[in-house]
Amino acid sequence: MLKNRIIPCLDVKNGRVVKGINFVDLKDAGDPVEQAKIYSDGGADEICFLDITASNENRDTIYNVVKKTSKKCFVPLTVGGGVRSIEDINKLLNCGADKVSINTAAVQNPKIVMESSLKFGSQCIVVAIDAKKEGNSWKIFTHGGRNKTDIDAIKFAKQMEEYSAGELLVTSMDRDGTQKGYDIDLMLKISSIVNIPVIASGGVGNLDHLAEGITKGKANAVLAASIFHYGKYSIKQAKEYLDSKGIAVRI
Amino acid sequence: MNVTIVDYNSGNISSVINSFKEVAKDKVNIEVTADLNKIKSSDKLVLPGQGSFKSCVDALNNINGLVDTLNDFAINNKKPLLGICVGLQMFADIGYEETETKGLGWISGKVSKIDNENGKYKLPHIGWNQINIVKESKIFKDIENNSHMYFVHSYEFIPNDKNVISATIDYSSNIVCSVEKENIFGTQFHPEKSDKIGLKIIDNFLNL
Repeated sequence: MLKNRIIPCLDVKNGRVVKGINFVDLKDAGDPVEQAKIYSDGGADEICFLDITASNENRDTIYNVVKKTSKKCFVPLTVGGGVRSIEDINKLLNCGADKVSINTAAVQNPKIVMESSLKFGSQCIVVAIDAKKEGNSWKIFTHGGRNKTDIDAIKFAKQMEEYSAGELLVTSMDRDGTQKGYDIDLMLKISSIVNIPVIASGGVGNLDHLAEGITKGKANAVLAASIFHYGKYSIKQAKEYLDSKGIAVRI
Repeated sequence: MNVTIVDYNSGNISSVINSFKEVAKDKVNIEVTADLNKIKSSDKLVLPGQGSFKSCVDALNNINGLVDTLNDFAINNKKPLLGICVGLQMFADIGYEETETKGLGWISGKVSKIDNENGKYKLPHIGWNQINIVKESKIFKDIENNSHMYFVHSYEFIPNDKNVISATIDYSSNIVCSVEKENIFGTQFHPEKSDKIGLKIIDNFLNL
């Protein structure tokens, strides 16, 4: 049977790993290539790099990081952050990324999702949705959570499926960096409405949160950063925990 | 030994290149090219494939003489060839992604969309699934049954002759994930992305 995936995410700035609390208070903690290798050796099902400053500075550092990582890690590598154009996607794929996640560009120009899926195959196109709750609905945010839009996150998710996105990476802006767990309502709403895989993101503070993302949020993969990055838990511990809860994982 | 990864503009093959070079080290020379003479003189070929069945077949046909050269290599000269993902799917007579498209016809059968039972199963089938090895295959040497491999696809190869099937997976139905017919090998999964166990499959192919 198909296993639920655990995806550690590394936030990368100027070629170095950082993890922000609500996207501020950045702490430098290491070399992304080595970190990715530790994760893949530890049983990570995929590795995710988020280039958090890609939009404004030092863009080329990420290409080098991806190149080096893809020569050492033989599990899928997803790279996102600052991806604006088909050319950006092409460059990342050529450097060895297996999937590229598109956030702001997909909101501003949804057709880029359709065009890139046609050109590269939907298997490598992930749409990253940053959403924040507002009353009874969720609104899309862009630019790493800095800019609010009036776009409904659930409708946008469906639209992205129709535009041939291969997967959705759904981050709750309310929960990101809080360690309070995923926004389960948001995950469940989106995973029930689309027929493509959903990756839950934002807010993991303990292993139970990972389990809830799968059992309650119905996500197909769970992404987390700080719990792995600061050594609170290893990938192996996370998998053993999920396995003990009867959740199918690759061990 | 020379092994050529056929670079026919089928999308992103850098992971395939990286993994083969990692396994090959200095023992095997890995070429990445669509040069017909280099392909002809190779000992083994790797046929990757990303995107749709149609886009891959079109890309093969766009390179003058490539399909004939591949036919010579795999069918007439019977030299080892490994197809990965859509590379495997193209062994079929026909594929139904986007529109009906003729395949290479090396292993008779068709490529159809996986039945997702009206949304009960998500597509693409993305992630790690356990393979059931149903017959001995040279590329499965020292690979345990139920090993995890990494998949990403929405279409499946349905061969007419079930004897070519070397492994299957359970998803919405029993899906063919590996075939072997004489010198022709194919995996629906991505050995290049399946961690150490995937690299072992690549090693097995290089050691044939």
